[in-house]
Amino acid sequence: MQGEILLKNVRLVDASGERGPADVLIGEGKILALDGGNAQRTLDAGGLILCPGFFDPHAHLREPGQEVKENLETGLTAAARGGYTDVVSMPNTTPPVDQPEVVAALIKKARQIGQARLHPAAALTQGQEGKLLTEAKLLKEAGAVMLTDDGKTNEDAGVLALGLTYAASWGLPVAVHAEDAGLRRGGVMNEGPVSFRLGLPGNPAAAEAARIARDLEILSYVLERPAQDARLHIQHLSTARGLELIRRARARGLPVTAEVAPHHLTLTDERLESLDPVYKVAPPLRTQTDREALIRGLLEGSIDCIGTDHAPHTQAEKEQDLLRAPFGIPSLEVAFPLLYTELCLKQGFPLATLIERFTDGPRRVLGFRPIRLEEGHEASLTLLDPNSERAVDPTHFASKAKFSPWAGWRLSGWPVMTLVEGREVFVHPSLTVGA
Amino acid sequence: MIAELTQQAAFPKHLLDFQGWNRKHIEDLFETAKLMQEVLSRPVKKVPALTGFTVATVFFENSTRTRLSFELAARRMSADVLSFSAATSSLAKGESYKDTLLTLDAMGIDAYVIRSDAAGMPHQAARWLGKPIINAGDGWRAHPTQALLDAFSLLERLGSLEGKKIAIVGDILHSRVARSGAELLPMLGAEVWLCGPATLLPGGLPNVTMTTHLRQALQDADAVMALRLQRERMDKGLLPSEPEYVAGYQITQERLGWAKPGALLLHPGPMNRDVELEGTLAEAAQSLIERQVANGQAVRMAVLYHLLVGRKGA
Ligand SMILES: [Zn+2]
Repeated sequence: MQGEILLKNVRLVDASGERGPADVLIGEGKILALDGGNAQRTLDAGGLILCPGFFDPHAHLREPGQEVKENLETGLTAAARGGYTDVVSMPNTTPPVDQPEVVAALIKKARQIGQARLHPAAALTQGQEGKLLTEAKLLKEAGAVMLTDDGKTNEDAGVLALGLTYAASWGLPVAVHAEDAGLRRGGVMNEGPVSFRLGLPGNPAAAEAARIARDLEILSYVLERPAQDARLHIQHLSTARGLELIRRARARGLPVTAEVAPHHLTLTDERLESLDPVYKVAPPLRTQTDREALIRGLLEGSIDCIGTDHAPHTQAEKEQDLLRAPFGIPSLEVAFPLLYTELCLKQGFPLATLIERFTDGPRRVLGFRPIRLEEGHEASLTLLDPNSERAVDPTHFASKAKFSPWAGWRLSGWPVMTLVEGREVFVHPSLTVGA
Repeated sequence: MIAELTQQAAFPKHLLDFQGWNRKHIEDLFETAKLMQEVLSRPVKKVPALTGFTVATVFFENSTRTRLSFELAARRMSADVLSFSAATSSLAKGESYKDTLLTLDAMGIDAYVIRSDAAGMPHQAARWLGKPIINAGDGWRAHPTQALLDAFSLLERLGSLEGKKIAIVGDILHSRVARSGAELLPMLGAEVWLCGPATLLPGGLPNVTMTTHLRQALQDADAVMALRLQRERMDKGLLPSEPEYVAGYQITQERLGWAKPGALLLHPGPMNRDVELEGTLAEAAQSLIERQVANGQAVRMAVLYHLLVGRKGA
């Protein structure tokens, strides 16, 4: 057997658990063998973990129109460095991605860049205005993988019902930013003792829960109509109350999925005591109780996957005060080491489960086939180093956004190689790949 | 005067709120404020204490009264004063306020007095500039010199705040005066009650009692502070109307009778006459309202003095 690269002595970890060590031979874009063979190049990967490539169902790459914050090149490079082989971009750009031609153009450009693969989400409504539906069939044919008005909230329940009904015909899930604008009332952080003490406008947990309850009712309603394939995906879940609603809906068999962002799993609203806008995000950082509930939800599978909600901004924008600074945290490059360190190492969260939530989980939500660590499967893979520890240094991010609430945190589990269909899109300089 | 001041406790670098401040710091500060009152009673109201220092007042939110009070305080101690005002809205249009502050800093400023409509802006300045920062009000969050002058004015009349009941009445939710008072007054031993319409009460501040019942708040109070009501709150639907507020929460002669006889009356100003307070209560003998303004200057002089000179020996 002749391949391009041989990864020797790797630990194989996927949803089914851990196997290995194995000598993984990769060539022709596939896994050729797990028991070695000849390759042009060899890497001694003793102690490293090989898993299916990460898939981010939720990133803001800002192209078109907001390239000053990020563009496809910087965003997809950041993704590759973070171990992602696949990224779903959000459509709340300027203008919003609501036309098939734009979806096709983005995919074409991403292919030329050759970093992580791009799967654009398209707007659910034209211009994300919440009124008229977009062309779901044509968008799907152009390559869109989901419809969402993320960045905005779907205020008109009737429009969301129509959107869910219509998108179902073309096999597209509808994702929602579940937050009631009226209850949110301009809140810039979680409403609670901390916001009261700090004198900052609060965004209550009820704003999320009330909207999830409404959207679940809409989902049950459309399922009774000729829309049996309707699928609702809740983005960046932040509250225990919202999670409980989803848990009960799933128990009833409703086709609802959910994602959680790295910041909601690792930070709480107490961080805002510093009055630093780096912690300003929507939905906001919640309480320790919410955080613990979300970790449990991720563990038991009520939450299907990690979505980074990578949301880059310029330094000047983020250095405004808390009222004016934009919402968002860039996280593509730290998501895995952050959660590996904070959840697996510190709290005993099972590694195979965490990896599932970065790989198969999001693929399942979007209707993609899972990647198996088996002979003949697609070699879109991520290699992780669980042993060496390194501090987060945002100044070295490939993303244009060089700030992070985790700056200085010492983390392990950094991705050291990312392969997209056998192509090495990222190799950490510490790796020596021999001839 | 200067020699005895440098003996006093090491002060925090900034006055952003009362984090890092303790009762001893406050008491030392008030000792200095008493000396400053004496300076202000002289025919020539000027001392050389801050000669050679430059104080910048940076107001991203307009407040002529507070700005003048700080500037006069600095000038009376012979500091040079640089005054900068800019609406935050114009900054939001693209000019970074970090750049604005760094530009000012390049001019050799020794201390900043910063006011902003946004919570946390003075804290950000403290992160960016290596100089003492005095928070002259940030959003709904904190207005520490107002709390200090209120406490100082109360101490003048009550001698001590130990075990004294102080009721703060009005729009607590949006009040930086209430938040700073709720932080400072309990540090000095006072029992603080916060009272207002339910839609204008936050869900929980530490070390204070919260109530929507005016009678409960005022019962046996030693002092009552009425807060300014903003009409904007009615537009946002937090209050049905002004008459509704007056009916429920206006401090009247009669309601003041629920408090201790001769209970003191405060208002941070500016006042909506006949809204927060009934008729001529502001001029009543028990009113500290004018005294608050006069003491504001002595207290601000003391704060500037301690942050610029007093901590040198620390
Ligand atoms: Zn969102």
